[in-house]
Amino acid sequence: MPAALRTARTGGMLALAVVIALLPLALANNYFYDVAVLVGLNAIVCIGLNLLIGYAGQISLGHAGFFGLGAYGSAILTARYGWPPLASLAAATAGVALLAWLVGRPILRLRGHYLAMATLGLGVIIAIVISNEDQLTGGPDGMSVPPLALFGHALTGEKAWYWVVGALLLLAVWLALNLVESPGGRALRALHGSETAAEVVGIDSVRQKVMVFVLSAVFAAFAGGLTAYYSGFITPGRANFLHSIELVTMVVFGGLASTFGAVVGAAVLTTLPQLLAVLKDYEMVVFGAVMMLTMIFMPKGFVPTLTARFAPGERK
Amino acid sequence: MSPQLLQYLLSGLTVGAIYALVALGFSIIYNASNVINFAQGEFVMIGGMTTVSLIAAGLPLALAALLAIAATTLVGLALEKLAVERVRSESVVTLIIITIGASILLRGLASLVWDKNLHALPAFSGERPIALGGATIVPQSLWVVGVTLVVVAALWWFFNRTLHGKAMLATSHNRLAAQLVGISVRRVLLVSFGLSAALGALAGILIAPITFTAWDVGVMLGLKGFAAAVLGGLGSGPGAVIGGLALGLLEALSAGYVSSAYKDVIAFGIMLAVLVLMPGGLLGRRSVERV
Repeated sequence: MPAALRTARTGGMLALAVVIALLPLALANNYFYDVAVLVGLNAIVCIGLNLLIGYAGQISLGHAGFFGLGAYGSAILTARYGWPPLASLAAATAGVALLAWLVGRPILRLRGHYLAMATLGLGVIIAIVISNEDQLTGGPDGMSVPPLALFGHALTGEKAWYWVVGALLLLAVWLALNLVESPGGRALRALHGSETAAEVVGIDSVRQKVMVFVLSAVFAAFAGGLTAYYSGFITPGRANFLHSIELVTMVVFGGLASTFGAVVGAAVLTTLPQLLAVLKDYEMVVFGAVMMLTMIFMPKGFVPTLTARFAPGERK
Repeated sequence: MSPQLLQYLLSGLTVGAIYALVALGFSIIYNASNVINFAQGEFVMIGGMTTVSLIAAGLPLALAALLAIAATTLVGLALEKLAVERVRSESVVTLIIITIGASILLRGLASLVWDKNLHALPAFSGERPIALGGATIVPQSLWVVGVTLVVVAALWWFFNRTLHGKAMLATSHNRLAAQLVGISVRRVLLVSFGLSAALGALAGILIAPITFTAWDVGVMLGLKGFAAAVLGGLGSGPGAVIGGLALGLLEALSAGYVSSAYKDVIAFGIMLAVLVLMPGGLLGRRSVERV
């Protein structure tokens, strides 16, 4: 095997591309395609969130807020103001980036549980505003969203969306892998180790943290906007605290500081509730138990635990 | 003072006292283990729901409440023994996910054991409102505030005057040093979960006659309790009480004077502002990172 294929960057990207290309063979009907699209959209959010939590070591319990703003921003601009969908998506994402930058500077000076609380508070505020501004957002009942039109063609149907989301997922993975291996990415990991030590060697820690916070918010808002166009309907539930927790759980389950882990985490935790739906009333119990057991027995997450086990020549 | 303002203050104090009890639960566990227990709100729910069931089974209120607190304490001890104690990882995020998993599990179990309906508990001593300087207060509010005062005093006595309490405080200051002087840190951890669960259950029983209880009331109460604990300064007992009361008053005043739909936005917004200005909360310890 050529050496380049064994690195996470080339080999992993190739493996993911093959999975995306071959998966349709196993997707029997539109329902499976639907789940696959949702996995891809969640994976994009998780890749961004993993840059923040896994690499920079900064927790956020409010990313569903950015997801929701991206979704509602795109939906409102398209449905209420008649903007073209792509322009709405771009504007909503840019708006979220600006918001994340404005609140990021003061908030990211906080550490640990204080940062967790601050981001959580931010998410709660966004969710409440969304469900109360019913003139614009349709309130708790949600609002319907026109389809995403690309160059005059409406993008509809699970199959078409599958390929678009698949390509965007690859793009997101590529961006994240490049960032992590750039000097900026090394600075982030240095922050994770020790902020004080990172500052001693000349890293502007607040600037780096704000940058990755904005980037992760952009990933979330973009995927949020796409989710709105894809499903054609959104509710404020997508912006609330429980959804933020779901996103963090996906990242941690897949494995912190592992971009492919984020993808796997999104895949497992998006599919699991679908599988558990047959259990009906027991769904929550099993879901909670799975979360606890994974963290107790695989505290590093799924992908890092597996790679540590099967990595050639690396023993612990 | 206008009767209207007095009315808002009274209702703010009532809710704030509940937040204070929940926040104390967060702080006690945080002190013993550096864990934020996201299942704290579920303790509140289990306390309230168990009492409702026991009263329906014909037990008198006081006995039902005591049994409910005992049952919730057992749940707290089990959570520590079966999950938290087994975690090898020191990572804060891992521990957060485990307690979130526990909260989902407990909510799921509650929806199975009970149902998904709202339940009411009879008020402890009647529903007839008491007039007070132009405002009115339900007797249950007096119970909430009174019991909270007693609990705060008892906790102060426990942590400052008893050997067990001092051992827990010592562990929160320096785990290794506490272990060196012969304190069983594991037991401290276990006791902290039991104590927090009992406090949560008590809060759930006190508030159930005013706000009803249901399988999912723990989510919002847990969030508010966490917010109160952080506002006051994590790990500080007086901070938790002040944070809880402040949050309750903020909510009541913004609901009264601004908008009840936006009361949480205002409360969380002010909390964010306080955190930005005082990154360790109102009474938090200054933490120093060692390199």
